[in-house]
Amino acid sequence: MKTWMKATAVAIAVAVITVMSVDGAIAQDGVQSLRGGTALDEGLRAADIARPNTGKRFTRNYRQQPPLIPHRIDKYQIDLKANQCMGCHDWPQNVDANAPKISETHYVSPTGVRLNKVSGSRWFCNQCHVPQSLAKALVPNTFTSSNDMR
Amino acid sequence: MSASNDDNKSTLGRFWGWLRRPSAGLAVGTLLVVGFFTGILFWGGFNWSMEMTNNEAFCISCHEMEDNVYQEYRETVHYSNRTGVRATCPDCHVPKSWIHKIARKIQASNELYHHFLGTLDTREKYEAKRLTLAKNVWKVMKETDSRECRNCHSFEYMDFVEQEKRSQGSHEEAIDDNMTCIDCHKGIAHELPAGIIGVDGVPNMGN
Ligand code: HEC
Ligand code: HEC
Ligand code: HEC
Repeated sequence: MKTWMKATAVAIAVAVITVMSVDGAIAQDGVQSLRGGTALDEGLRAADIARPNTGKRFTRNYRQQPPLIPHRIDKYQIDLKANQCMGCHDWPQNVDANAPKISETHYVSPTGVRLNKVSGSRWFCNQCHVPQSLAKALVPNTFTSSNDMR
Repeated sequence: MSASNDDNKSTLGRFWGWLRRPSAGLAVGTLLVVGFFTGILFWGGFNWSMEMTNNEAFCISCHEMEDNVYQEYRETVHYSNRTGVRATCPDCHVPKSWIHKIARKIQASNELYHHFLGTLDTREKYEAKRLTLAKNVWKVMKETDSRECRNCHSFEYMDFVEQEKRSQGSHEEAIDDNMTCIDCHKGIAHELPAGIIGVDGVPNMGN
């Protein structure tokens, strides 16, 4: 056998072994896919659904935080045709509905013009606002409210 | 003279004459029995066809219904929920009491006519007509004090303590102000129509 062929064979073998052992090391280090350690052909239990908490309104963690929604919003229609949130939260209906009025900033267009209706850029409420829930943090973190930092 | 006149009568005229002539050959008993059973047959068949056309499968056998309202309804609480109790199309759209049911069925023949005309045979045509259709339903429900909702729901048996605070407040207000379900619960089973904004008596859902 020619030397270059031998050398190539050895190189390939080394490469394969290295890749395999590195692979093993990663698995041991606990780097995992979103499926966790579950094999591809095994079924995975669905994650628990965090249920909305409809008790008291949660306080905000920082000044600019979009307030959380203290009720269910299942099946509320927000599309080109209608926005059911506005049925209670738009001025002046909010007075009768006894609901908080959307922020005055939501009546200002992106170019700074004051409008007499909710700005299109604020139309899709649930881009920023979500129902509150007593869910656990997804990842451990050291977040501290800006108020507590003062 | 009179005999020849009789011969000239149309078939219909002769049939009428036959109907009016007192029966000579048949016993009154036979007539009664035959009449009784024919009655059952007709009445049963009538009610049977009423029932045949009073279920969800019939409602969505028209693609106008299956492709539009049915798909949306499947996303809502009256189709799938915690307890598995459902409200189907006729539960909300066909009155339970006989006289009102007949009236609704007669009205439905107009819907059949438009089905065959193809008035709403695309999503676009449906959407364009939707505000009118929805307004009709709202008007009827307002007039009947949401009778069909009340076949299943009633303020009397609602445990307000079990409800969300906002529901509780609204329902107490509703009782005080004599309001009806459809005043507040528009779009409960289907998407709200475009153009709903600015409709009388509807809170401004957009602008
Ligand atoms: C066939 C019986 C029936 C009819 C008719 C009916 N409903 Fe319901 N509805 C139910 C049931 C059952 C539930 C509760 C489902 C569950 O959560 O388990 C419900 C739930 C609801 C809810 C709660 C929604 C939610 O998100 O929890 C509302 C609001 C409502 N119905 C309004 C109406 C209105 C308005 C009408 C008339 C247009 C109506 N219903 C007609 C049976 C009915
Ligand atoms: C004054 C307006 C108003 C009227 C009238 C009204 N509701 Fe409601 N209802 C509300 C509001 C607001 C909610 C809060 C939830 C929502 O909007 O989806 C609600 C919630 C509900 C719920 C869910 C309760 C919960 O918290 O789990 C049911 C069921 C219901 N309504 C049924 C009815 C029925 C049936 C009628 C007629 C007999 C009726 N409502 C009339 C405003 C009203
Ligand atoms: C919980 C009660 C309820 C059920 C169940 C229900 N509907 Fe409706 N439907 C309504 C109400 C209320 C309206 C008035 C419009 C609105 O508020 O969305 C309506 C409107 C309609 C309209 C008028 C057009 C429109 O889009 O508003 C059609 C057609 C219709 N329903 C067909 C059906 C069919 C078909 C089914 C069964 C697949 C069904 N509905 C089930 C309550 C119901």
